[in-house]
Amino acid sequence: MNNFIDYKLIELGQWTVGLFNDYPVVQILVHLLLATLPLTLVFMGAFGFSTWLERKGLARIQNRLGPNRVGIFGLLQPLADGIKMLLKEDIVPDRSDKLFHFLAPVMLMVPAFIAVGFLPLGDGLMALPMDSAILFFFAVGSLNTIAVFMAGWSSRNKYSLLGGMRAVAQMISYEIPLVLSAVAVIMFSGSLNAQEIVASQQIQSWLASGNLVKEFFGQILGWHIFKPWGFAGFIFFFVAALAEANRSPFDLPEADSEIIAGHLTEYSGFKYAIFFMAEYISAFAIAGIATTLFLGGWSGPVIAGLPWFIIKMFSLFAVMIWIRGTLPRLRVDQLMGYAWKFLLPLAILNIFVAGFYYFAEQQFGSLAAFIGGWVIGFGILQTAAKGLSRLNKSPTLDGKRVYQLVE
Amino acid sequence: MVDFLFYLFALITVLGAGAVVLSRNPVNAAMLLIVSFMGTASLFVTLGAYFLAAVQVAVYAGAVIVLFLFIIMLLNVDAAEQFRPDYVTFAGGLIAAALMILGTLKLFERGENFTLLTLQELDPVGVSTQSFGMELFTTYMLPFQVAGILLLIAMLGVVFISKRDKETRKDAA
Repeated sequence: MNNFIDYKLIELGQWTVGLFNDYPVVQILVHLLLATLPLTLVFMGAFGFSTWLERKGLARIQNRLGPNRVGIFGLLQPLADGIKMLLKEDIVPDRSDKLFHFLAPVMLMVPAFIAVGFLPLGDGLMALPMDSAILFFFAVGSLNTIAVFMAGWSSRNKYSLLGGMRAVAQMISYEIPLVLSAVAVIMFSGSLNAQEIVASQQIQSWLASGNLVKEFFGQILGWHIFKPWGFAGFIFFFVAALAEANRSPFDLPEADSEIIAGHLTEYSGFKYAIFFMAEYISAFAIAGIATTLFLGGWSGPVIAGLPWFIIKMFSLFAVMIWIRGTLPRLRVDQLMGYAWKFLLPLAILNIFVAGFYYFAEQQFGSLAAFIGGWVIGFGILQTAAKGLSRLNKSPTLDGKRVYQLVE
Repeated sequence: MVDFLFYLFALITVLGAGAVVLSRNPVNAAMLLIVSFMGTASLFVTLGAYFLAAVQVAVYAGAVIVLFLFIIMLLNVDAAEQFRPDYVTFAGGLIAAALMILGTLKLFERGENFTLLTLQELDPVGVSTQSFGMELFTTYMLPFQVAGILLLIAMLGVVFISKRDKETRKDAA
């Protein structure tokens, strides 16, 4: 395995901690800072960069130039925006609940950063190495809803409240398919530990074989996305993740064309910027956990570890930008119906498919299970999806339309 | 250190719970309930029961409170603010509190050395997810199933009530 970047980083960390051997209290503090500070700084930097990337990408899709005044290719635009946001007046509505109005952005940002800590960035590179990291990730992620609702409710604004309500309805619906599609992976790996889930996606016998070709493919072919239930699960997970992260086409809580900006309506200045940052960082976090669960985490050929994780995570984020530039926003009833009537039954069915696949692999070997799984398992999922979409079809209007007010 | 953390989180839990009861605004009460739940989750963490802590946050702070908020929003907030408990509610609350205190006393009675130190020395059931699952599905299977049926009853109750509402509305129309 070539995780040398991870090991060098860990060595560097241990060396730094070792410098403070004589001062135990300082050592603990340094240890904590080493676990948290790089993560915070890197993800905040990534936030700045990705706002630029998103604006450029959207501009490209819409045949515009995008930011191009500050720095080369407008690269310093995030910095300029940050300074602008800092200097703006912070307006708090007169009738608002001052405490909750202030707490809402904080409440949104803290879980977002904690969630990032549960990502296995590399072999042993994890800020919060816990036995049930995946569970903690979803637990922390579910707190986002409360913060968005807090923002919507405390503003004492009808649009804000509508946005908050939409957020609550949306997030509670999409959390179920999100977690259920992750359950299939957890069941297959037999662990809630993020590192073990990554390890279960590497073909260990190939990695140990010493054959270069086998080592190369052993890092790729084990990814859950190449299995039928993993492929389906990844799609369910990603769709639900878009809704959880409030990304388009599920950005109903802040649908600007209907309810101004939803829960963000009464926020200005730096609080608004914090909302934005928290949303982007949750989007990174959920892209990262999708990478861990389905795309093999940090495993990859040649330079396994941190580089591959970053590449995969940002590719998923780029797909989110692409989707934002392509798809129109859903209607509220479509949104709810899609989660409860389509995603949820399929995600439950997927758990069964994954269970059968697991035992088929033990019974008939990996190759037979792979072929049979794609033919039978994916066939079942495909048929179920077709059937469900037919069941969910709204009744088509036949015959002549009657205009009551005209006649 | 552990002692200090215990008192800190216990204080947060109790203060949060007290504020829930004393708060007049139902939305504020629901938000404060999160504080109390977070305190409980932190207590689980100090005991090394990470799985329980995660479940506590995900289920209670994440889902239950959100549903509470949803229901509060669907009902009228102003009406809830003017709500004054009548005798039946009061008696119900009293009985529930008495049962709670009785249960706690019984718990203390059973474990004489029920202190922080011995709890950590005990076989930590909740430490790993696996041992927790094993215990839940073997030793405590019956309570687990009973709890499941209890939830099912609640669900059936909701369906029943909402159905009946629909019928009366149809009659009224």
